[in-house]
Amino acid sequence: MSITTLKINGQDVVTESGKTVLDAAKEAGVAIPTLCHLEGVSEAAACRLCAVEVKGTPKLLPACVTPVSEGMEVETNTPKLQDYRRMIVELFFAEGNHVCSICVANGNCELQDVAIEVGMDHSRFSYRFPDRGVDLSHPMFGIDHNRCILCTRCVRVCDEVEGAHVWDVGNRGEACYIVSGMDQPWGEVSACTACGKCVDACPTGSIFRKGTTTGEKAGDRAKLEFLVNARDKQEWSR
Amino acid sequence: MDLVELKALAAAEQAKFKPVRVNCCTSTGCQAAQSLEITKNLAKAVKDRGLGDRVEVVGVGCMGFCGRGPLVQISTDDQLFEAVTPDQAAGIIASLDGGSTDAEVGDVNHPFFSRQFHIVRKNSGKINPDRIEDYIASGGYQALYKALFELSPDEVVTEITQSGLRGRGGGGFPTGVKWATVAKMPEGQKYVICNGDEGDPGAFMDRSVLESDPHLVLEGMAIAAYAVGADHGYIYVRAEYPLAIDRLNKAIKQAKKYGILGSQIFDSPFDFKIDIRIGAGAFVCGEETALIHSIEGKRGNPRTRPPYPAQDGLMHCPTLINNVETYANIATIIEKGADWYSQIGTEGSKGTKIFALTGKIRNNGLIEVPMGITLREIVEEMGGGVPDGTIKAVQTGGPSGGCIPAHLLDTPVDYDSLTKVGSMMGSGGMVVMDQTTSMVEVAQFYMDFCREESCGKCIPCRAGTVQLHSMLTRLLAREATAADLETMAALCAMVKEMSLCGLGMTAPNPVLSTLNYFRSEYEELLQPMPARLQNSAVTAS
Repeated sequence: MSITTLKINGQDVVTESGKTVLDAAKEAGVAIPTLCHLEGVSEAAACRLCAVEVKGTPKLLPACVTPVSEGMEVETNTPKLQDYRRMIVELFFAEGNHVCSICVANGNCELQDVAIEVGMDHSRFSYRFPDRGVDLSHPMFGIDHNRCILCTRCVRVCDEVEGAHVWDVGNRGEACYIVSGMDQPWGEVSACTACGKCVDACPTGSIFRKGTTTGEKAGDRAKLEFLVNARDKQEWSR
Repeated sequence: MDLVELKALAAAEQAKFKPVRVNCCTSTGCQAAQSLEITKNLAKAVKDRGLGDRVEVVGVGCMGFCGRGPLVQISTDDQLFEAVTPDQAAGIIASLDGGSTDAEVGDVNHPFFSRQFHIVRKNSGKINPDRIEDYIASGGYQALYKALFELSPDEVVTEITQSGLRGRGGGGFPTGVKWATVAKMPEGQKYVICNGDEGDPGAFMDRSVLESDPHLVLEGMAIAAYAVGADHGYIYVRAEYPLAIDRLNKAIKQAKKYGILGSQIFDSPFDFKIDIRIGAGAFVCGEETALIHSIEGKRGNPRTRPPYPAQDGLMHCPTLINNVETYANIATIIEKGADWYSQIGTEGSKGTKIFALTGKIRNNGLIEVPMGITLREIVEEMGGGVPDGTIKAVQTGGPSGGCIPAHLLDTPVDYDSLTKVGSMMGSGGMVVMDQTTSMVEVAQFYMDFCREESCGKCIPCRAGTVQLHSMLTRLLAREATAADLETMAALCAMVKEMSLCGLGMTAPNPVLSTLNYFRSEYEELLQPMPARLQNSAVTAS
């Protein structure tokens, strides 16, 4: 195993070569906020929250897809990054309908966690209040598009871990939404195995089990990482 | 076919040309103004007058002066007839035979024409784009022959590098460096892609090149493929360009027939085939990684770079991707050499650039000018200035560019100077605005475009452009406050730095540049502050 040494926030870090800055930071105990990143599936680099400053590069780089390199000097929490992250979270809240008090994921929501982490207490941007609809046609699960942040974790987990590819993204720009099957009601998609991985992957209260009420949804994010690891390395105990 | 045969064919085709060629533009713009009917009437008039032995009517590509189309030009004396109507056709032919015509005669010595320098448009408006023989007669495909038989792939790359050619799609990345990267990748399947997904509002340079001289682009691609070691190419053209697609299809078929495309080109071991892929109307597919996804049949979403397409592109193979205009420069560089090419233009930007000159200006159309010419020369001398009133600003670079105010019109047109004044070269759109134009409305227009065309993958672009657009709309409705202006500037900075691809990174440019140069227009639109607050503000300071 070859190793790479780098500096994260002034701290010397040694990590396996080829790892991402996000992995290296995690190993070093440096928290970088993320939303679209999920252990076990490919990266989308879409939420941009994990952007970091790298000395010698004028651009901000997403830590989740930037590989470590020898002698790299990374700053993960400069005032500019804090400012930008807060603005991104404001955009997320203004874009959908995120009302924590009546959400199934209240208290177990990554968007909520990130909002607290970056200190977002109000939005400077006008709320869009979109009317995106709720699909309750599946016998076990439901999807509330109003709470969707388009992280595409469900798309990736269904395609890459379950192999069913029930989900995909339809339309473009602000009109983007997660489609099931050939843009059918979820309940009519025969490819869906009702495995529930999308429920576990969803960072917000968008995809949920039927019957859960306010604050009751507890997604099992680690299950996906466990599954991928188990398949790769035949380690089937948790 | 070898060089002797190619040259013999060129000479034979030249000999077949009749002494007088009456060229009539048959590009999209002029076709819409009945140029096909004019061509037909011209041909009929030639027949009626019995001039068939010395006069021929040729449907050619774009002559550039699109604002005054349809255009008819006589090859012998370059006489140009503007805004021709179908019933004037007979008169024009009569004028060749001692008669007279009431068709409007243009001034071919006007700076609009005389200040141009043609490399990419060398054949545009002179040859019939539907006939490969016309292209060969004008010396076509001899550069490809030269590359294949006189130069090694490395030497071709060196030639392009030394020419100083930079990407004409807007970014301005050195073309030679890109070629060298792909060429250095291990042997195996490689691809060459031509990006013809021209989408900037008001820009139609690539359409004109594809419609007027498709073989020039094919030849450039073939030379590129030889240089980097690819055997398969794709031309990605947007569906809104049906005539360009049609002419490309014909051109590819004809080139195959002559053994210039396909297997063992010119009986050498070099194989190269070209397929056309048609875009489905998404602006973002002009971004190279999104374009590659689109060719692969996937959703046209960009991805983060690196890895660059040169390393990991189409089907995960090394892929060379260049713009139409870039490829159209290649044949001439190989033919005349890097030294010749690098004499044209400025220190950092070599060669010429085509601009689509539109907006509030007398002479609308396509111009190919050497780099380093100033905006003032383009707008005032070539474009003839604003019809009534004075120039306020020039917008370059489309939704990714910015507005350059009148006092900076002496800025030379090259990649670095335009970036320095807060705009960019872009693909070549140039929109002139006069004093009646509201710069805030301009910014809102471009933001509306970006909002509409954002793919929706990353949040800064997807939601940021929506918020910027709504702020500008509020401002225009006089509902915004000074604080909103500050939030808007902050949001622009975030979207610029945090977006995933070029679309988002450059989307705030129209707002930022107008905010920089025309801040007073924004401030005039602010909600009036209530009187009692105005007083308290004074006390506080």
